[in-house]
Amino acid sequence: MKKLRFILAGILFGIVMSKSEAISWYRIQEMFRFQSFHMYGIIGTAVILGIIAVWLIKKFKLRDIQGNPIEFTPKEKSVARYLFGGTIFGLGWALTGACPGPMFVNLGHAYWAILVAIAGGLLGTYTYGAIRDRLPH
Amino acid sequence: MLEILRQPWPWYVSGPLIALVMVLLLFFGKSFGFSSNFRTICAACGAGKRVAFFNYNWREQTWNLLFLAGAIAGGWIASTWLASPEGVQIAEATVADLRELGLQEPKGLQPEELLGLDALLNVKALLLLLAGGFFIGFGSRYAGGCTSGHAISGLSNLQWPSLVAVIGFFIGGLITTYLLLPLLL
Repeated sequence: MKKLRFILAGILFGIVMSKSEAISWYRIQEMFRFQSFHMYGIIGTAVILGIIAVWLIKKFKLRDIQGNPIEFTPKEKSVARYLFGGTIFGLGWALTGACPGPMFVNLGHAYWAILVAIAGGLLGTYTYGAIRDRLPH
Repeated sequence: MLEILRQPWPWYVSGPLIALVMVLLLFFGKSFGFSSNFRTICAACGAGKRVAFFNYNWREQTWNLLFLAGAIAGGWIASTWLASPEGVQIAEATVADLRELGLQEPKGLQPEELLGLDALLNVKALLLLLAGGFFIGFGSRYAGGCTSGHAISGLSNLQWPSLVAVIGFFIGGLITTYLLLPLLL
């Protein structure tokens, strides 16, 4: 039953993403047009509180519920992959109005057309895996 | 109480709750990053037989698939019991911009033109969603993360590569918003 906690965390995430309207295509358009503070407020508060939480975890060397130290894996240092990959991601984010999480939350709202975007996501991931050796990283 | 929960939640309620989700996963011994699920699903479907990138023990990522299942359930709960009666209250300026692109004022959470049931019969809408999804899947794996992995988890850990990725997210988003959507919609 210890796996239940991941389902519960997912449910909380799904509800928050829905009620914050962060899963809405309209909100993403509003964000990319810089016409409202809403999305910046959400991401900004999440990041500021996240920074404080991570700092506290490191400072007090906190452990997870299994008693293991909470560790953070540093991202590899590179610019090309983050800039190119990030830009390609952004093209799709503004097009579908959903990043990977919200795509699935939208399924719960019975927006079945999003299944096409999810299929695209799997196809894109597979394609990346197939050609990654030929891409600058 | 239910009445209050049914209202759209303001950013200062939603932002802290997203940070809470990230912290919960850290205390569960995992890290918040949604797009890995795409790789996991590819691997679970046997993509590892053809492409080495998918040849790993994906079962260790089962927890994230459970999180994904929870996210779908969360969306269902929100739409069943917590749905707000009105359309998304976006800025007037956005409504005006979208009207110029031929979209109607928001009546629900999503534009019917793109994500409604009729869109399933609309070849243009389907191609937009397929292409958008493809860019998201390709780009998030190339960049090693999406909004949750980079913008939330990465920035919280002060990782500059995540900042570069987030800048990329915006470059791409602005290109789509200002250059592609006017051509495509």
